[in-house]
Amino acid sequence: MTNINKDNKKVVVKDLHKYFDRNEVLTGIDAEIFEGEVVCVIGPSGSGKSTFLRCLNKLEDATSGTIIIDGFDITDKKVDINKVRENIGMVFQQFNLFHNMTVIKNIMVAPTTLKKMTADEAYAKGMELLGRVGLADKADSFPGELSGGQQQRVAIARALAMNPDIMLFDEPTSALDPEMVGEVLDVMKELAAEGMTMIVVTHEMGFAREVSDRVLFMADGVICEQGTPAEVFDNPQNDRTKDFLSKVL
Amino acid sequence: MDFAKVFNEALPLLLEGLKLTVITSLVSIGIGMIIGLFVCLMKMSKNVVLRAIAGVYIWIIRGTPMLVQAFIVFFGVPQIIRMFVSDFKFTAITAGVITLSLNAGAYLAEIYRGGIMAVPKGQTEAARSLGMTHGQTMRKVVLPQALKFSIPSLVNQFIITIKDTSILSAIGMAELVNKAKTYVGSTYTFFETYLVVALMYLVIISLLMILSNYIEKKLKYEAKSKRGKRHRDQH
Repeated sequence: MTNINKDNKKVVVKDLHKYFDRNEVLTGIDAEIFEGEVVCVIGPSGSGKSTFLRCLNKLEDATSGTIIIDGFDITDKKVDINKVRENIGMVFQQFNLFHNMTVIKNIMVAPTTLKKMTADEAYAKGMELLGRVGLADKADSFPGELSGGQQQRVAIARALAMNPDIMLFDEPTSALDPEMVGEVLDVMKELAAEGMTMIVVTHEMGFAREVSDRVLFMADGVICEQGTPAEVFDNPQNDRTKDFLSKVL
Repeated sequence: MDFAKVFNEALPLLLEGLKLTVITSLVSIGIGMIIGLFVCLMKMSKNVVLRAIAGVYIWIIRGTPMLVQAFIVFFGVPQIIRMFVSDFKFTAITAGVITLSLNAGAYLAEIYRGGIMAVPKGQTEAARSLGMTHGQTMRKVVLPQALKFSIPSLVNQFIITIKDTSILSAIGMAELVNKAKTYVGSTYTFFETYLVVALMYLVIISLLMILSNYIEKKLKYEAKSKRGKRHRDQH
């Protein structure tokens, strides 16, 4: 992808540490992500990939370090995290669609509750997004009536309804049956092509290689190696990376 | 056995008692639901003092028999209040409603809490990740689902509250059992009278169960068109 704006740092992470009780899960992460960049985070289970991602919208509190999103230091207690979150969409492994609402209501609830749009505007936006993910006919279904792949596509539409400028994906295809992985990845590829800033924690090496501008390899709570997909996948320098790739490729 | 006699003589009396049973139950359930909601929110709050108050309240109510609570409210509390206000007295109905409400409130608080905890954490995370506040997340996402999870236990508690009104006959509240006791005291028609009383409870509680089944069906999370279709398919 070529629409990266190196002058605009969307995410700046400095010396991020995260403890769960006495267990140090992130042991000092530094990262910068630019506008329009698609970054895939790969690495073995338990390496802290998801925790890192969840720190970026404060679903997990950083123990120490700074995280600057769009110029706001979200580790600063005075910063209204809800305002920052409005601009960061997140897609979860387990979809997490609201069970008590229809598909269209799932998409409309945040923009209308947060007074970003009127109900009519949110409905129009929701239907447009459902059209984009190929599910306009499911607007009045409940999440429980959809397949996993369909639920995840709705979840992406729900996140996009807030017009975010960063999208976080936390292993978005890991809970899907194999035949549904493709439909979700296709939606993500389109989004990447449109220039969305994306950070994707994934085990889909094919997707990481094809779509990302940069790949971060994490192990034991640090970023061991990063570079273009060609650099990381074809010519890894770090032993941990080599070891990991030899197992998954 | 003389059912005809009991029906003719006792029925008006018993229906009067039944009316009071139903009214006190409804009022107490209503008050109890509000108490329960506040106590539940207190028990789940970050504030240690609020949590402690809620915990002690639930502990005392659950740890003591309702009959003893009723005696304390009806006989004990006015005795204390009379030290400041002379001639203070609760009517049996007031004391009864207070006891039932406090009782239901404690149990309902725990039922609500169970319902809230049954909502998967991912639901909250998704709402918060969109920028919704804690309060908005509770109102739009968590509480509606929690209420649905709670319905079977809520109905169970409503049934218990309705039946527990009979305990209040002991403080002289003129509810169904109290009326029956008065009647059999003079006629000795124990079997017939108490059978009628039992049937009356059974009818009231059956109606409640029918209502709850209806509500549970209404709250199923599936598309309306499909619900209609399934309904038609059955016929």
